[in-house]
Amino acid sequence: MGDEQGKNRQADEEEPRIGVYVCHCGVNIAGVVDVEEVAKYASKLGNVVIAKDYKYMCSDPGQKLIQEDIKENRLNRIVVAACSPRMHEHTFRKALEEAGLNAFLVEMANIREHDSWVHMNQPKEATEKAKDLVRMAVARARRLEPQHKPKVKVKRSALVLGGGVAGIQSALDLADMGFKVYLVEKTPSLGGKMAQLDKTFPTMDCSACILTPKMVDAARHENIEIITYAEVEEVEGYIGNFRVKVRKRARQVLEDKCTGCGLCAEACPVEVPNEFDHGLGVRKAIYVPFPQAVPLVYTIDDEACLGCGMCEAVCGPEAIDYEQKDEVLELEVGTIVIATGFDLFDARRKPEYGYGRYENVITGIEFERLVNASGPTGGKLLRPSDGKEPHRIGFILCVGSRDEKAGNPYCSRVCCMYSIKNARLYKEKHPEAEVFIFYMDIRAYGKGYEEFYRQAQEEYGIRFIRGRPGEVVEDPETKNLLVRVEDTLLAMPLEIELDLVVLANAIEPARDSEKVQRLFRLSRSADGFFAEAHPKLKPVDTLNDGIYLAGTCQGPKDIPDTVAQASAAAARAAIPMAKGEVETEPIVAFVRRELCIGCRICERTCDFGVITMVERKAQVNEAICRGCGACAAACPTGAMQIRHFTDEQIYAMIEAAMREEREIAVKEVEG
Amino acid sequence: MSEFEPKIIAFMCNWCSYAGGDLAGTSRLQYPPNARIIRLMCTARLDPAFVLKAFAEGADGVLVAGCHIGDCHYVSGNLKAEKRVQMLKKLLPELGIEPERLMLRWISAAEGERFASTMKEFVEIIKKLGPSPLRGAAK
Repeated sequence: MGDEQGKNRQADEEEPRIGVYVCHCGVNIAGVVDVEEVAKYASKLGNVVIAKDYKYMCSDPGQKLIQEDIKENRLNRIVVAACSPRMHEHTFRKALEEAGLNAFLVEMANIREHDSWVHMNQPKEATEKAKDLVRMAVARARRLEPQHKPKVKVKRSALVLGGGVAGIQSALDLADMGFKVYLVEKTPSLGGKMAQLDKTFPTMDCSACILTPKMVDAARHENIEIITYAEVEEVEGYIGNFRVKVRKRARQVLEDKCTGCGLCAEACPVEVPNEFDHGLGVRKAIYVPFPQAVPLVYTIDDEACLGCGMCEAVCGPEAIDYEQKDEVLELEVGTIVIATGFDLFDARRKPEYGYGRYENVITGIEFERLVNASGPTGGKLLRPSDGKEPHRIGFILCVGSRDEKAGNPYCSRVCCMYSIKNARLYKEKHPEAEVFIFYMDIRAYGKGYEEFYRQAQEEYGIRFIRGRPGEVVEDPETKNLLVRVEDTLLAMPLEIELDLVVLANAIEPARDSEKVQRLFRLSRSADGFFAEAHPKLKPVDTLNDGIYLAGTCQGPKDIPDTVAQASAAAARAAIPMAKGEVETEPIVAFVRRELCIGCRICERTCDFGVITMVERKAQVNEAICRGCGACAAACPTGAMQIRHFTDEQIYAMIEAAMREEREIAVKEVEG
Repeated sequence: MSEFEPKIIAFMCNWCSYAGGDLAGTSRLQYPPNARIIRLMCTARLDPAFVLKAFAEGADGVLVAGCHIGDCHYVSGNLKAEKRVQMLKKLLPELGIEPERLMLRWISAAEGERFASTMKEFVEIIKKLGPSPLRGAAK
């Protein structure tokens, strides 16, 4: 694509003929802004041939209105005053294309998000602002030029980051569609948080029983390459051609030799707390996190290992390699699914509940490990203080969720249900036990959830007490716990003595989300989770084309929603690969050679190595230019420009923002 | 002074601050209607001459808003904008313009409230300063 080429008939040979369309958006805009007045005003602006207002410009008839006017009135520029261009620019670009006009000849004036919705009580000022915004848009539209989207080939391989149930599901779906998948997981095994759970609500499936077959499927799949104990270090490129550097940490055990027999762990003399059991049990310095780990390969914990050589001595297949070094892999992928999951709120941040100080205050996930047959107690729930079976148990919900003070105003969405599930599990084994659930509201929104909750009340005799406990106090002798709570339904303060308290601590963004955000240039919403491109219409896309979100990294959700979203993300990630090529943004730098003096300032300003000097003039490599505009801002002569954001276009907007058009006067004199 | 309504030009990046403005809208956060926003893909595109042009046209204030440091869609575009704004702040007094009339803010796509409060704050600052000394010079 050359500098001035790409201009077509509409732009080159004719004066701008602009159509302006002011959208009512029902009452969203028209309820505040006098849209008729804005349209009338627009009709007097220079080069404006036609100006109309209409109820819903984005609707089919609204788009048709524009398309017919383009044909009948030979319009060659369109201004739509409506919502944010981030919402519907794409819609109108398509409408223009269908009418035979280049997609980039439309300009939007944001009179909804930036006007009617934020100045609701100032209709007069909002109408004036709308006129200004339309005038600015018309000024820019006059100078718009056709642009052509370059096409790039898309690699038929994907990266899935995170080996929990979301990542596994996305990887399996993509692999089944025939694409090569690199499934990268930070810990030594796939499985994620789901592998730590005992049973799942409301079906009471054993979590491992439904998860491990999927893990094995992923391991066996010919299109999936599992890379565990590994983290992404660098990401370059764009949709279609991402280059990802992955550091695979040395586990000091050779993956292709280890048979997972476990003799090494038996021989290892070092015991450390097992993070898989949240420190409730122990593991060796050479370990697999849990028996069904995938890959079933042992890992030496560098920090714990004494280097005694016992494991090496007993290993038949000679898989131990103390000298093993980290390996850096370079992957080339077309699309990426981020499925990095969540971390749990540190319950110590609510000191009033005594977690970390009182032995018999535990968290939900610790409860899961303690009742799990493969857990540290072999599935027997025993009080940490004395190893006795608890008779009276209380579950406290919303620990760090729906809690402004803790910084988490949101609902974690799973705590009501898993706490009810855990309460039921215990009552099933110990019908004589007394079980309390302290709640603010019970959120049982899923399929079969409300029924599950009602059964817990009616058939299991679990006592639900509506109130957020003020504090938990320990009796230093018995280590029993006194929960102080106001039952808000009875308006009565209560003190309840319990043997064990289980805290439903919140789901929080994974601790390394900031790092992942930066690596993949994602955004995060106010709650800290990764932001989707649109909450309703693009729930698994990100603002970075070619990167999609699956599971709890996007927000708290339960397993069914996580798996559904993971399949959705896989489907989205497959589209560009199935198509084989994608159109990329034409918003890149270009050089007006006649103005270039060869000073090389642009070359030094560019962080991406896009600019080189050819015959002492700057030249842009459009394929790698990202269009940030740093070079154009630095250029002393105006030679360096950005397509669709040229100096002239921006200056025209500044002028139009500050004053009424001279053109209005001119038009009236001429008219 | 109470009748003075400042005219403000705001340059905002597409990915963070402009989106933050959209969020302020969908959240129905109310703020004064003084600013006219010009969307750039990145604040790196901000030619210092754009700011000077806005003042020359009589703007009472210029707001530049981009992604937080480290969050730039183009890695370091906002750092470049920051340097240019610092340079402009030194230059403006030479032209008789108070440097407070130029504000740089990092506003993320999630910070609708920060967007609205920035608008309120900046309008207040400019109201206190009064009309730009260059107002009317352009006409």
